[in-house]
Parts: sequence; structure tokens; C-alpha cells
Amino acid sequence: MIGIEHYIVVSSILFVMGVLGIFLNRKNVIIILMAIELILLAVNINLVAFSAFLGDMVGQVFAMFVLTVAAGEAAIGLAILVIYFRGRGTIAVDDINRMKG
Amino acid sequence: MIQVFTFYLFAVLLIASGAFTIFSRNPVHSVLWLILAFFNAAGLMVLVGAEFIAMLLVIVYVGAVAVLFLFVVMMLDIDFAELRAGFMKNVPLGILLAIVFVMELIFGIGAYQAGKIELADTPVNPAREGATNIEAVGELLYTKYIFLFETAGIILLVAMVGAIVLTNRKRAGVRPQNVSEQVARRPEDATRNMQPEVGKGVEL
Repeated sequence: MIGIEHYIVVSSILFVMGVLGIFLNRKNVIIILMAIELILLAVNINLVAFSAFLGDMVGQVFAMFVLTVAAGEAAIGLAILVIYFRGRGTIAVDDINRMKG
Repeated sequence: MIQVFTFYLFAVLLIASGAFTIFSRNPVHSVLWLILAFFNAAGLMVLVGAEFIAMLLVIVYVGAVAVLFLFVVMMLDIDFAELRAGFMKNVPLGILLAIVFVMELIFGIGAYQAGKIELADTPVNPAREGATNIEAVGELLYTKYIFLFETAGIILLVAMVGAIVLTNRKRAGVRPQNVSEQVARRPEDATRNMQPEVGKGVEL
């Protein structure tokens, strides 16, 4: 029988896969953004699974808010990516040192 | 039985497409694998009865976000081979860290299984008896969480305005339409009545 543990294992593996994607593709910011989407998806699966198993609808409401923030973040991230590419002609992020931060 | 089979199908496909997303050489393939991952996640959510979030995932992610990614990947002319230069160097340490993370998470789940932590005696906001999933979400979303819902709308508006402001630019050498100038133009500015004599032209 499928329990909550199965869902948490799946979302944990997906979460770690997103973190690994950020780690491995350190230069390619598009893949980094996709990895962030994977992480947020894992969070959503976790919220929905707990919501279903505890019989509490708030989890699904908050999954919707996470979805909203993820969509906004993707739009802004890709916009920043486009203007960065216009200025530099590359999207290698490991040598962004203009702001000397 | 069919639920167990479906769960494992969706779960395995989800994790496999997640892996292909981050390991794929071509970013276009990455986006397509990401779309498959979202579909399978939607399947997992349908399986526990959260149809609303599942449909939202398909509409918002597959319909909007993934297409946006695809658009950007194809629009930008990027040398992706150069970006993968450091990939193999990062692999061993990365895999090691990933294994450590997964072990920690599964350890936590094992602890959860060993003894249940009482989160709440009774469900706080259970779905009303006989209500469908969308009705239950709506009843909560438009009453108790109405301010958060409106804030989410503001966030989307700010994101939209921000994306437009960031990517909009003044181009040199184009001649756009100036509506106010056109509307302000009067007939007497543009035309002249002339009565030229016979055999003479008109000075322009």
C-alpha cells in the first residue's frame, strides 16, 4: 500500500536532484533555473501529499501560492538572463564579477 | 493494486525525467524532460485526490513556464558546449553530496515511520463532506486566505511589470507611430489653398 513515506521519498529524491543540478551545471544559468523549478516541484509534491494524508486542505492552498511565486521567479529570472546575454553575449554565470560583490 | 502500479510508474518516470533534465547535454532536451517531469508530478497529485493543483501544474508550468524556457533557450544564440566545460570536474563531489542529502532525508523519513509525531489531533481544515477538491480549495482560498490570494495576484503583476521593464529597450533607427502627434495635427497645418495663375506652377 502506498503511504505518505513513498511520497516523501519521491519528493526528497527530486529535491536533491534539483540541488545536484545547480551544483553540476554551475555555468549554465538556464539549467540552474530549471533545477530551481525542480526543487519547487518537489516542495509542492510534499505539500500536497501531507495535505492529502492529514486531511487538511491548507496544504493545497499553499501549494498554489508556491506555484505563483515559482512562475514569477521564472519570468523575472529569464528576463534578467535575456538582458545579461544582450550585454555580454554569453550566459556563463561563474564569472559574473561586475558588481565586485 | 492499480494505484500502487500507477504510483510507481509516475514516481519512476518523474525521477528519471528529473535526472535527464539536469544531465542532458542539450538545453532544449532539458526543457522537454522538465515538461515530462511536470506531467508525472501532476499524475502523482491526481493520485492523492488533489486534482486542482494537478491541473494548475499542467496549465501553468507546461503551458507557460516551460514554453517560456523553450523560447529563451531557442532565442539566445549560446555556445552550450563551452558552458559544459566544468561539468565532469564537478560530478564526483556533486554525486557524493547528493547521496549524503538523500541519506539524511530518508533517515528523517525512517524516524517519522518509527513513531508518529502528533501534528494535530483533528484535521484543521478538512474538506467539507461531499465537496470536490476544487470546491474545497475554493472555499478556503476565497474566505480565510483571501488576502494571501490577492497578494499572490500582486506578486504576479509585479513580476509581469518587472519582466517587461527589464527586457524593453529603446531601439535606434526605428520610426514608431506617435499617436498624440497624429491626433494633434490639424488640417490647416497640413494643407494650403492656392490659386495659381494660368501657365504658372506652385511653389512648394
